Amino acid sequence: MTALVLIMIGLVAVGGTVVACTGDPKRQAVTLSVYGLLLGVLFLLLAAPDVALSQVAIGSAVVPLMVLLAVRTVRAERARRR
Amino acid sequence: MNRTARLVVFALGAGALAVLFVAALLKMPAFGADVHPYRDATMIAALLRRAPNVVTSINFDQRGLDTFGEETILLASVVGATTLLRPGSDERRRTPPGDGRMLHATRLAGYVLLPVTLIVGADVVVHGHLTPGGGFQGGVVLATGLHLAYVAGRYPALRRLRPLDWYEYGEATGMGAVVALGIAGLVAGAGFLANILPTGIFGSLVSAGTVPLFSVAIGIEVASGVVVLLAGFFEQDLAVRLRPKEDVA
Repeated sequence: MTALVLIMIGLVAVGGTVVACTGDPKRQAVTLSVYGLLLGVLFLLLAAPDVALSQVAIGSAVVPLMVLLAVRTVRAERARRR
Repeated sequence: MNRTARLVVFALGAGALAVLFVAALLKMPAFGADVHPYRDATMIAALLRRAPNVVTSINFDQRGLDTFGEETILLASVVGATTLLRPGSDERRRTPPGDGRMLHATRLAGYVLLPVTLIVGADVVVHGHLTPGGGFQGGVVLATGLHLAYVAGRYPALRRLRPLDWYEYGEATGMGAVVALGIAGLVAGAGFLANILPTGIFGSLVSAGTVPLFSVAIGIEVASGVVVLLAGFFEQDLAVRLRPKEDVA
């Protein structure tokens, strides 16, 4: 169990770094979604299934969707105003 | 602000955070230790109210006021975001384009998973006091599940599934029900959002007093709120265009 937790903490650290190093917001939405899923598994291993559910629903689904839609809206707006 | 100034501000903030973080870590109980005063206190309180899921008992009973505050923040953010996203004076509404091009596999997956996700979401809301989950998680699952209609490639289909007025009413109703529940506690003389109903049999669907009612009210509010919020983004992106120049004059 502890080994699994340590592996997941390592994966979460790697995932967080990848999200921070992704420059383009559109790609960042995808890496953020994967990072949210990793974090959800870690919470599940630490016996917090309620938090894991919230994390997967919000962090992996709603936030990336909002980021993508916001990026699209801003791009369309820029193209229109030019 | 130039690069050096930004780095200085960052270094100050990061340094302070590091000091506080290390100080907090040094005082923390060991990872996975056996002594948990809060766990013992909340476990007893949850079991006395016949709620097997202690986390939901904390959210919707022991610390109901915190949840009330959080949902008010969610309501305020949704209202704020939709206000920002409404069409401006130089924009007009238009009929959104029909379905985009999609892989058949994606379309099929969207339509197959749509009802499954809605059922799972409702299950998570209703069984919040028994199994992991509750109004917040289930509400978000319900709201995202609905948007599988968009993943399946049809924005008009999502629009038909989503008469926006009803979700606005739903958001207000959910929040109103929580306030009513809180006032009922006050009227009964037990305090705002106190658990005033009989707690029933441990582990049955109708048990734990007001916890399932509170959870369902929050589920309605969160599901409607997330739908309204995402609808603001979708409409701005797909159903709003700049007014032609001659119209503005």
